Amino acid sequence: MHLETLAHGHSLPHRLDPRAKLAAAIGLTLATALGRGLPVELAALGMGIAGVLWARLPWRELVKRLAPVNGFAAMMWLMLPWRLGGAGPLGLGLDPLGLTLATDITVKANAIVLMLLALIATSPMNHIFHALAHWRVPDKLVHLFIFFYRYLHVLHREYHRLSLAMKARAFAPRTDLHTYRSYAWLLGMLLVRSYDRAQRVYQAMLCRGFTGTYWLLEHFHWGRRDNLFLAGAGLAFLALAALGLMGS
Amino acid sequence: MDLLRLTGIRFAWPEGPPVLDGLDFTLAEGDRLGILGPNGAGKSTMFLLAMGLVRPQAGQIWALGRERIEEADFLEVRAGIGFCFQDADDQLFAPTVLEDVAFGPLNLGKGHHQARHIAERTLERLGLAGFEQRVTWHLSGGEKRLVSLATVLAMEPKVLLLDEPTTGLDEATQARLEEILLNSELAWAVISHDRGFLERTCTRLLRLAGGRLEAL
Repeated sequence: MHLETLAHGHSLPHRLDPRAKLAAAIGLTLATALGRGLPVELAALGMGIAGVLWARLPWRELVKRLAPVNGFAAMMWLMLPWRLGGAGPLGLGLDPLGLTLATDITVKANAIVLMLLALIATSPMNHIFHALAHWRVPDKLVHLFIFFYRYLHVLHREYHRLSLAMKARAFAPRTDLHTYRSYAWLLGMLLVRSYDRAQRVYQAMLCRGFTGTYWLLEHFHWGRRDNLFLAGAGLAFLALAALGLMGS
Repeated sequence: MDLLRLTGIRFAWPEGPPVLDGLDFTLAEGDRLGILGPNGAGKSTMFLLAMGLVRPQAGQIWALGRERIEEADFLEVRAGIGFCFQDADDQLFAPTVLEDVAFGPLNLGKGHHQARHIAERTLERLGLAGFEQRVTWHLSGGEKRLVSLATVLAMEPKVLLLDEPTTGLDEATQARLEEILLNSELAWAVISHDRGFLERTCTRLLRLAGGRLEAL
């Protein structure tokens, strides 16, 4: 499992200080989510597109990551824009309010995902964790993130091993009780194993003198380009906020 | 001088029969002990007891010159005795190799620069120079094993307790591990099923069966 396919590149967004990117991402996504009206949404979408172009992300990956978002949006389009009693087929008519809502959701979701792809996915996860720790986000929360991410890989591998072992004994999923029971066992086994592992990891940390402090060794270098970037992101945030306020 | 001494240890896991019953174990300075024994004989449990990670139902644990009873007693033990877990994935939890190796020295109160220096020197000694920024969960099995040994050696212990260190290693990596061990001045106890490895690295072999140790 490789979750950091976009994190390694040489574009400017890849080289920016993760703290600057995190700050920009939080500000811009909030402004996008809370702003009202088509202008702010289109502006945000434009920024998202500009961001991924700037980061030179491979389009194949972009399509892969945008697909689930738009699958969700498509469901909205199936449900929201219709009302009973119209002149259309099945007696359905277009509902202007629902239409606006469906547009809002679609454009905003795409804009936010594009922004996050450009700003967050371009850093390896451990840089993001470090940025949080540098921001003095509570230790426990940072630990939680780090362990979650670290052992996600191990659990995934364990899941893979177990399911291979099942296949090796001629298991093929069907829609019957045997299949459901086997999957339940698999999940239960994963749960038990991860509990056991958590205990062993903790013991290993105790053996190395752990008393609750997570140490930071890496320090990022905040440079002139980070100042410039943050200033630009600040302006973009103000523009979105102004557009958003005008729309509400 | 005895670095580690367990006497009359009885231990049972919850709802199980006693695994260790009247176990005596002594590891003196310069000792290099190999421990054999069937699966489930309590070999790993013995190490967990020595590190204070589980408590015996009876018996005494002496380590580094004092009897150790409570959690607070064992903090000092863990600084002086390095324990390498059977599964390297249990041991490596930090995002990068450098951070993982520096974790122990930092816990011992070393400054950032010093801890980084110790970590880099330890990695270099194990032939792992250049691994500093590697992500721990992308290492191969053998690399993980060597890095987890580095995390323990970076704390500059007097004693190593190694739990099946050769499992899953290819011949070349195993030879490197042997070389690293034999080039060090440390005392150790090693659990393994690989008799050849134990005969090459240890001066005395013990067998754990029926809850007790016997000389081989």
